[in-house]
Formats: sequence, structure tokens, C-alpha cells
Amino acid sequence: MSYGALEVLKGVDLTMQAGELVFIIGPSGSGKSTLLRCCNRLEEPRSGRIDVDGEEITAKGVDLNKLRQRIGMVFQAFNLYPHLSALGNVTLALRKVRGKSRAEADEIGRAAMARVGLQDKTDAYPAQLSGGQQQRVAIARALALEPKIMLFDEPTSALDPELVGDVLAVMQQLKSSGMTMLCVSHEMRFARSAADRIIFMDQGVIVEQGAPDAIFNHPKQERTREFVSQIGH
Amino acid sequence: MTSWQRFLDTFFNWPVIQQYLPAIGKGFLVTCEIAILVVVCGIALGLTLAVIRAYRIRPVNALIIVFVDMLRALPPLVLILMLYFGLPNIGVDFTGFTTVWLVLTLVLAAFAEEIFWAGMLAVDPGQWSAARSTGLSHSQTLIWVILPQAVRMTIPPLTNRTIAITKNTALGMVVGVGEILNEATTAQAFSGNASPLTAGAVAYLLLFVPVVYLGRRIEKRFAWKKA
Amino acid sequence: MDQLLEQFFNIDLMIQAWPIIWRGLGMTLLLCLAVIPLGLAGGLLVALASLSRRRWLRWTTAVYVDFFRAIPPLVLLIFIHSGLPFAGIRMDPFTAVCLSFLLNNSAYYGEIYRAGIESIGAGQTMAARSTGLTPLQTMVHVVLPQAVRNVLPDLLSNTVEVVKLTSLASVVALPELLYAADMARSVTYNASPIVMAAGIYLLLLWPVIRLLSRYEHRLGS
Repeated sequence: MSYGALEVLKGVDLTMQAGELVFIIGPSGSGKSTLLRCCNRLEEPRSGRIDVDGEEITAKGVDLNKLRQRIGMVFQAFNLYPHLSALGNVTLALRKVRGKSRAEADEIGRAAMARVGLQDKTDAYPAQLSGGQQQRVAIARALALEPKIMLFDEPTSALDPELVGDVLAVMQQLKSSGMTMLCVSHEMRFARSAADRIIFMDQGVIVEQGAPDAIFNHPKQERTREFVSQIGH
Repeated sequence: MTSWQRFLDTFFNWPVIQQYLPAIGKGFLVTCEIAILVVVCGIALGLTLAVIRAYRIRPVNALIIVFVDMLRALPPLVLILMLYFGLPNIGVDFTGFTTVWLVLTLVLAAFAEEIFWAGMLAVDPGQWSAARSTGLSHSQTLIWVILPQAVRMTIPPLTNRTIAITKNTALGMVVGVGEILNEATTAQAFSGNASPLTAGAVAYLLLFVPVVYLGRRIEKRFAWKKA
Repeated sequence: MDQLLEQFFNIDLMIQAWPIIWRGLGMTLLLCLAVIPLGLAGGLLVALASLSRRRWLRWTTAVYVDFFRAIPPLVLLIFIHSGLPFAGIRMDPFTAVCLSFLLNNSAYYGEIYRAGIESIGAGQTMAARSTGLTPLQTMVHVVLPQAVRNVLPDLLSNTVEVVKLTSLASVVALPELLYAADMARSVTYNASPIVMAAGIYLLLLWPVIRLLSRYEHRLGS
């Protein structure tokens, strides 16, 4: 796809299996975030086709709002609604899109908050929570809708180092429970230990992909080698 | 008589004021009436226009922008005179009251639209991404996520602007509306004394000074920290 | 529809009325040339007074500002023009307008300047004073230039309001633009001259409004 004269993604083919945790790494400007945002059409691809859970989301006339409930997204800037409590953030879509009653929505919401370890922070407002807590609420917000796949756009890049661990722990839990996850991130240690597959992108194309061991220790492409040696680990 | 006594007699002549107090009191009510109607209708219309603008339908937006620009650039008195004297000749008979209300409502709506729109633009675009990614539609996102945040940001400029515009109710005097200034100047002419004018000024202060303070209190209450 | 055009857009009448309208425009511009600088200067003084160390000055200024922001401009104008003569203070309409505008505008401009000055962090003042600059020098060479630059859009926006406010002078029979247009209207029983005056205001102010609008929208959070 392209922004005006700038073509960001120059032809990308990607397939994921259910339950896979796929990490996308690469230098800034490589198109990683754009690719991620295409997956729920927050960015519109100019050509090509995207299927999620067997359904083509790029088809004409598709009910995008309904489909988006099956795709959870977590953002670098958390993007919590400041005027709602943590529980309010988590249950808004349940009430408005799924039409659940407040009681039902609250129940589901509390369960989601418990999954991320924040069951006693349901009434707190985003401003009262630490960065790591806010991001976990954001994860709960996505989880509450029971998505088939979760997209993570640099989820820990905006966090102080000591708070990163909490969020990664939640992501590890999700992986263990069988969630399909596509993650753009710089957390290389986490990638090494948890990812099923690493994808290295540069300048709008996928340069190389493979198991973490292959990519980090035996990269085949020159560009991959360069990037991996630069980031060290 | 000393100068001071003469001053008091000219501007604070109690018997004269007493005589015209009922008239000025009536004017006070009329001023309040117009002011409240203008505030309610103007802000409602302004908010509606800003929401419509959020749907980005190009031709409609162009119309809104032209409307708002014009009403921000024209002095209200010009519009009032234009409509008050022009409309009857094409068969539309608005009273002075209606004309003043209509013009001030449209002017407030124009300023309010700009303020609400700026507020909506100032809401972090990440909020749209987050809400849409959970499946909320454009309208739902607008109503439940964007507007609550936008409106809170607009309270300070909105209260200031509203007060400035409703003070223009005094313009009603020019087209015969029985508001405070009209009653005061009439009383001044009849009594040959400036005290009714003083009373009129005090009446305006009684109305607007509390409103200014109320505005400041509302501002403080709606200031909440961003996450 | 035809009636509408005839009553509001009668070109012949507009052309006939042009000479008086033109003179009215001249008076309006003259008024602006007088009251805008007065307001800007007065406003600066008010702002400085409101930030003074002396409590009585701060307090008096606060009352002054609240008073002249609460009083409708027209009321102030009528009071000065029709009320003061009772106390033996007579002045021609132009002076009355200038005086009432000075009082009114200095309050509004003052608040804008004050917000601008307060937005300049104390660090600037500290740095300047520590290099030996006097308070006055600090204000003139360090604080004010930055403050004014910060609030330029608000100053501009208020200036637009002042230009619109000059139309009030028509109420005290000062022959500015609206007065001239209304005269033409009363003689012809046709609102077209006023429409023409409106067109002139639009010509003068629309570009500024557009400019301000763009600036307002560019400011994100």
C-alpha cells in the first residue's frame, strides 16, 4: 500500500497458523506497523487480499465492525479512554457493539481484567494507573471480545523498563493459552524465548523469516545479518 | 450643592430609580429570556454542525465552513438591521425579539461549531484507532469516545465566547426590543436624569458578573487530567 | 425569489448608495486606526498592572477587568455618550466611542497579554535577571517578545472583534459604515445597502477569519 507518493508496503505475503506467536522485527520505516494495521484495515491496502479465520476481510461489503471484534489490537500508546474507568474501557464495545447489558458486560469485563492480573483496579481511571497497568487494561479491553487473533503494535516501547516485564508476562500467558498473536516489537529476548516464528522486514518487504534460532543465529540474508548484529543481544 | 452631591443626584438619584425600577425589572427579564434562548439554541446548533462535520461529507462541509466563516466575520448589528428591515418587505414579519434571537443564535452556533470542531481534532487520533479496532462504528466512536473528551476541552473557550455573544442582547435596543438598555434609555429620556442608565448598567452587572464567575467554576470542574 | 433579490441584492440601489457607503468605510477605518492601537497599548498596561507586586494594584485591575468584561459594550457607549453629559461632561461621538472602546478593549486585550506573559516560564526571568537585566529590561527584551508571539492568534482574533465592534458607533450617529448603510436603507426602504456593507465587512475580515481558522485547526493536543 502507499501513502501518496510513498509506497510503504511493496508486496507482502504472510500466512499464520492458529496458536502461533509471530514476531515482526526490522528497522523503523520498514513497514512493520503498517502491515499490522492492515490486518484489521485500520490502514487500507491498495491491492491484495487479507483473510482472517477463513473470512476475507478485504472483500466488498464486508461488515468491518463485526469482523474487527474477532481481531484484538494493542497499541504502543495504549489509547485507553481517559474519561472512562478501567472497567468502562473494557466493557464499552461489549455494550455498544455486542449489545450486552451492563451487568453481563461487567461480568465479562471483570473476567478479562482478572486474566491480566488487574481484578482490583476495575474502578480506577487511566490517569491513576501506571503505564504497565494501562497497557494490561488495553489488553483486557481487546480480550473481552474473545478475538481469534491479537495484534500487538510495539506494546512495550512506551513503557519504563521495570514495567515491561508485567506486560510480557501477560503476553506469555496468552501464548500458553493458545492465542494466535502477531507482534511488532523490539523485545528480542522475549522474541527468542516465546516466538514460534520471526519475520524480518526491511523497506516494505519481508526479507527473511524462520524460527528464532535460525534468524538470530544463522541469518541467511545479508540485511538480516546486519540488523541482527546491530541490535546485539 | 457640592460637585459630589450633584454627581450623586445625576447618576444615583434614588427616587428616579425607584420610579423606573419596574420597567427596568421587566427589561431584565426580557434580557434573560433572550440570553437563555440564545445560549441553548446556539450551542445545540453548533454541536450539531460540528458532529455533521465529523462525517466528512465534502459538499456539506463546504456549506458549513462558509456559513461559519460568514457569521464570524459579520458584526451582529449588521445582520440584525438587515433582517429586521429587509424581511418585512418580502413578507416575513419577525419581531425585534425574534430577529435578535435568531442572529445571536446563528452567531453563537458558528463560534461554538469552530470550538467543538477544534476540540474534536485535538482528541488523540489513537482514540479513534482503539475504538474502531474493537468494532465500534464511526457514530458510536464519535458519541461514546470522542465527543465526551472533546466537549470537556471546549468548556473554557465556549463559556468565554457565550458570555461575549449574549452581551449583544443589548443590541435589541436598536430594533425596539424591550430589554434593559431600551428601558433604561427611555426612562432617562422621560426623567431627564441619568440615574436609570446607572440602574441599567447595574442590572447588566447583576446578570453577567455571576455568569462570569459561574463560567470559571465550570471550567475548573471540567478540567481533568489526560491519562 | 425575485422579491428576495430585489430587497437584498438590488444592484442599482447599491451603486447609488456607494458614495455614502464609501465615506462610511473611511470613518470605520479611521475608527479602527484609533481604537486598535489604543486597545493594544491599554491592554498591555492592564496586563502589567495585573501582575504587579503591589496587591492593591492587582486587586483594582482585577475589578476593572471583570467590570469591563461584564458590561455590554453598547451599554458602556450609551452611558458615556448620553449619560456623562448630565454630569456636564460633553464629548463628540468619535471621542465617546474611542473612550468606551479603550475601556472595553483594554480589559480583553489585557487578559490575552496576561495569559501570554504567564505562559513564559519563570526560568526565562531568572536567566535574564541573573545576567543583570533590570525587571523592566527583562520584561521588554525577554518576556514580552515571547509572550506576544505566543498569543498572536488571540490578539488577532480579538482585533477582528474590535473591527466588528465599530459597527456599534452607528447607534450614537457616528457616520461609519453601518450608519451610512442604514441611512441609505431608511431613504430607500430597501436593505441592499446594508447587504453591501455586510459584503465590505466580509471582504475585510473573511481572509483573517480563514487564517485564524487554519491556525486553530493545526493545533493538535
